[in-house]
Amino acid sequence: MRIKILIRLKSQILEPQGKVIEQSLNNLGFNEFNNIRQGKLIELDLPDSLSKEEKDQKIDSACKKLLVNDIIEEYEVLG
Amino acid sequence: MSFKSAVITFPGSNCDRDALCYLQDLTKGVVYNIWHEEASLPRVDLVILPGGFSFGDYLRSGAMASKSKIINDVIKHANDDRYLLGICNGFQILTEIGLLEGALIQNKNLKFLGKNCFIKKKFKNNFNLSIKQDQVLQIPVAHNEGNFYCDNETLKSLKNNEQIAFEYCKGEFSNSEENINGSIEAIAGITNKKKNILGMMPHPERAYSDFHPSQDGKLIIESLIS
Repeated sequence: MRIKILIRLKSQILEPQGKVIEQSLNNLGFNEFNNIRQGKLIELDLPDSLSKEEKDQKIDSACKKLLVNDIIEEYEVLG
Repeated sequence: MSFKSAVITFPGSNCDRDALCYLQDLTKGVVYNIWHEEASLPRVDLVILPGGFSFGDYLRSGAMASKSKIINDVIKHANDDRYLLGICNGFQILTEIGLLEGALIQNKNLKFLGKNCFIKKKFKNNFNLSIKQDQVLQIPVAHNEGNFYCDNETLKSLKNNEQIAFEYCKGEFSNSEENINGSIEAIAGITNKKKNILGMMPHPERAYSDFHPSQDGKLIIESLIS
């Protein structure tokens, strides 16, 4: 199964890239686009044979050990 | 007894050679260069995690290097109360390992900063003993993710335990900003609670030789060997 993990900076952390993207979009006339924040998406394959619990446990463990720095980031597994 | 030290090289380190020369010239002792895939460190007084872009800064700065094989022994070295210094990417690696608190995020103004900056000592530790309080040091920075962040609780504990080693300040002959990268409370370097581990964004190994514009970086090694 294909897994998608969305990682973003916590809301209180400054995300300067989003600010610059917003500025450029606004300059292009997209004035309604506000509060833009950029994150990252990690996609990976896990075997279909894994149970939901095993899958959740493996993803959580990988996020905590490497993929996410929980001081500044939060993550969400997309359905 | 002569002072022994080591510099760890990761793929993408680019200040390892400078750090080796810095240690060789200032300590006059044995300096080892250790590849990150080595399983063990020789017994030394100081280990430097150098600057650069280890593993291309993939995922997050320092994230991959913090999982390298040699890191187990680097942690043992530090747990043994011996000195560990992370400079720039080395500082990022130390926060990713969890040996130092907080994290280093993108500079506030989105610019890669490569210039001289000015720092002064905040709280006393063995890395800054030879530096006078209020003495302004000129040391270069070269980073994109040097904006130190931690939550309020951590900041309080960093202050209570006197773990802030260096803060950015205004230089006497410069128009440079006081806080160059947006770091909380202009923090440029912190230690662990025991104060045997220092992480700092400025590069003291680029400020010690006669051909460098400043020799203020000498003071850190002088503090350790004095």
